[in-house]
Amino acid sequence: MRHTLNLSLILAVFWLVNSGHYNPLMLSLAAVSVAFVVYITHKMDIVDHGFHPFRLSVKLVTYHFWLIKEIVLSNISVVKSIWLGNKTISPTLATLSVSQKTDVGKVIYANSITLTPGTVTVGIQGDQIVVHALLRESMDDLKGGEMDRRVTELER
Amino acid sequence: MDIVIAVVSAIFLLLGGFLCVTGGVGILRFPDFYTRIHATGVTDTLGAGLILIGLMLQVPDVLVLVKLVIILLMTLFINPVATHALAQAALKSGLSPLLQSKNHKGG
Repeated sequence: MRHTLNLSLILAVFWLVNSGHYNPLMLSLAAVSVAFVVYITHKMDIVDHGFHPFRLSVKLVTYHFWLIKEIVLSNISVVKSIWLGNKTISPTLATLSVSQKTDVGKVIYANSITLTPGTVTVGIQGDQIVVHALLRESMDDLKGGEMDRRVTELER
Repeated sequence: MDIVIAVVSAIFLLLGGFLCVTGGVGILRFPDFYTRIHATGVTDTLGAGLILIGLMLQVPDVLVLVKLVIILLMTLFINPVATHALAQAALKSGLSPLLQSKNHKGG
């Protein structure tokens, strides 16, 4: 029930922010569409289980600042190898093991890898992920496991 | 004050534009599908991000600012998922990546 309320609230705020029209007709249409979306998510049975998005949020902020730093650094290295030409790239494919227990943790880790330019998650199977990297050094950074450790800390 | 904001915003926009062009050059230069995906990563993250930040500095009202923030967040959440889906589809359909030993062809 709490999640249903949260979801309705988020959807309502999202609608208000995106619309900018606040006359009665528009607001009643908004209420109908929010109710409809909540009804669909109930039929799909995807609310009220498992993940609670609000529990993670405080730690997520520090993680995001670290991730932004990583994104900037890896952008610089990819831009460098784009302008210096194909001699500077060293494409590698490797299977890494992940230490996250939950699905959300694994998704955050895989998405973070893909979000930093130069590394892309190609597949996930159980505790193994397949990663393609543009540069050998960025693969070595991932194998060093700092990102893995930081995402696992988010789960606790 | 206005001129400072305008200059800072212009710097962000120019830098973002440069990164987007760089991503495009990377797509043309890199040798195979998997390496080209990394070039699009530059456009997706910092390229789009810096342009959006540059625009955020020039907004007329709060509603537009919130919309730009939403666009930025959505880009950062959706792009990796799409990139992953493309890369996985390529690997599953049997496209094997060029690895280091074979790629010294210049470019």
